[in-house]
Amino acid sequence: MTAVDDLDVPALHSERVRPWGPWQTALAILRRDLFVTGREFPIFLAQVILQPLFLLFVFGKVLTQLGYARPGYAEVLFPGLVALAAVLTGLQSTALPLVIEFSYSNEIEDRLLAPLPIGAVALEKVVIAAMRATIAAGVMFPIGVWLLGSIPWTAGAAAGVVVMTLIGTFMGAAMGLVLGTFVAPNRINVTFALVLTPLLFTGSSQYPWPSLSHIRWFQVVCALNPMTYVSEGLRGMLVPNVPHIQTWICFVAAVAACLVLTAIGMVGFLRRALG
Amino acid sequence: MGSEHAVAVEVSDLVKRYPKAPVDSVGGISFGVRPGEVFGFLGPNGAGKTTTIGILTTRIRPTAGHARVAGIDVVADPVGARRVLGVVPQQNNLDRALSVRQNLLFHASYHGVPRGLRRARADELLAQFGLADRSDGRPDDFSGGQIQRMMIARALMHAPTVLFLDEPSTGLDPAARLFMWERIAQLKSEGTTVVITTHDMEEAATLSDRVAIIDHGKLLALDAPAALVRDMAGERTLDCTVEPGRAVDGSAVQGALMRLAAVDRVEQLDDPGGAWRLRVYVQGDTAPLLAVVAQAIDDAGGRLTDVRLGEPTLEDVFIHLTGRALR
Repeated sequence: MTAVDDLDVPALHSERVRPWGPWQTALAILRRDLFVTGREFPIFLAQVILQPLFLLFVFGKVLTQLGYARPGYAEVLFPGLVALAAVLTGLQSTALPLVIEFSYSNEIEDRLLAPLPIGAVALEKVVIAAMRATIAAGVMFPIGVWLLGSIPWTAGAAAGVVVMTLIGTFMGAAMGLVLGTFVAPNRINVTFALVLTPLLFTGSSQYPWPSLSHIRWFQVVCALNPMTYVSEGLRGMLVPNVPHIQTWICFVAAVAACLVLTAIGMVGFLRRALG
Repeated sequence: MGSEHAVAVEVSDLVKRYPKAPVDSVGGISFGVRPGEVFGFLGPNGAGKTTTIGILTTRIRPTAGHARVAGIDVVADPVGARRVLGVVPQQNNLDRALSVRQNLLFHASYHGVPRGLRRARADELLAQFGLADRSDGRPDDFSGGQIQRMMIARALMHAPTVLFLDEPSTGLDPAARLFMWERIAQLKSEGTTVVITTHDMEEAATLSDRVAIIDHGKLLALDAPAALVRDMAGERTLDCTVEPGRAVDGSAVQGALMRLAAVDRVEQLDDPGGAWRLRVYVQGDTAPLLAVVAQAIDDAGGRLTDVRLGEPTLEDVFIHLTGRALR
């Protein structure tokens, strides 16, 4: 029996024309997100670039030229801003859309009803957010060259820098997964205000963490922000002469933070997705 | 499709209690839906309809019991179940970042419908659902009825074996509701199994091959609408208009009717026209009683000039089962 023969709708049989697994469904969902991101690319770029751009311009260029910051400060700042762009863009790319899709638009339902495990829908969200964050972090390099004339770079560090940046994007996306699934929709504005600003300024992006030793309490606070390890890791690889947390510690701490945040976010996602 | 399974939907001893809830939302229900039938879930808001649909469509985990859709256990293999079922939810959940056509196309791509086929199916479904000329518009620009049509069209893109519609006509104007009913009837004629929830008696009676009446998470009755109504005792009526004829007043006629074995009671209805109108409550089918009633009226000196048969409705069945009106 073919259900659609009487219609002019081209028939489709339950035996698929081609084998189809959850992976392909996940890729199809990713294609949808890439399609939407691509269509709004200029707006997306403006959204993610403006904040680090202004931070770099004011702190790295204006303050240095006016003599309020030491000439080498831009070099210290730049790796931190790459980390900032990676983590915050990742966070914003998951948290807000998830809150909206789970409450106001219910848009996520069509994906939750697609033939793939629910957890894979959450992971896809993290992956697309990390991709967006990678673009945001990536464009910081040409912007840095343009604004500062040159950026710190050592050829040997390239692979490490790329990997640490990617870890930062996943870390941010996983943070957003936690926020977007645990925070009640009507609280998201307050939560963003309460979370984003501290995250922005305790992530060691504007200062090297070891230099905080004489403000001990603040140093401890910063050590609790996982972004610190991305900032410090990038700083250690790009400007090794500046005091920094050892790179291997940064990698271990950042990866651990990614795993813990993803695990917590996954619990939150399943809680929201399944009654 | 689905014909290889004797039952399209199979539910046994299904229980759902939400955390911290004092009572079960679904309190141990069992039923089966036959392939190709339209199965209606009738009950007031909060009866457990949407929870049951939620479990069957893998979005809610049951506390106990089993549920299978097209032979696939929805708890053990939710991914497999999602391949064969389609869902039209109560609330708009269309992808607002995509056009109507893109909503259909991406949905099909999630379900692995090959590219060429999904384009052809999207074109045809858009035309059938009267959306072809505005298929590039965003969902936000459409009315409730059109949103509903889009969601049905989207759900059909992967040719589900069983289609679940949750309160499909809520908020629709009469024309949109009629259009939706016609589409559901057509789906049935094409062999798709359709499960709908509704708190609308007329919708349940018109669309469903069989109706499950559910209240407080319990299944109270399950049968064809006509059979449910037939089993209702003592609620059939004959509204008779009687001319006085030789009779002096209505009470003699009323008394004569009361003496008939099949008659429960007789009420006199007001009639501004001056004629006597009597409502006769009877047991069993009304049609065979017509001659007896007419004869009794004639014997009492009156003359029967008009009669209207009153059959109980699903609403009466519902009130009988639950002790309260549906709305």
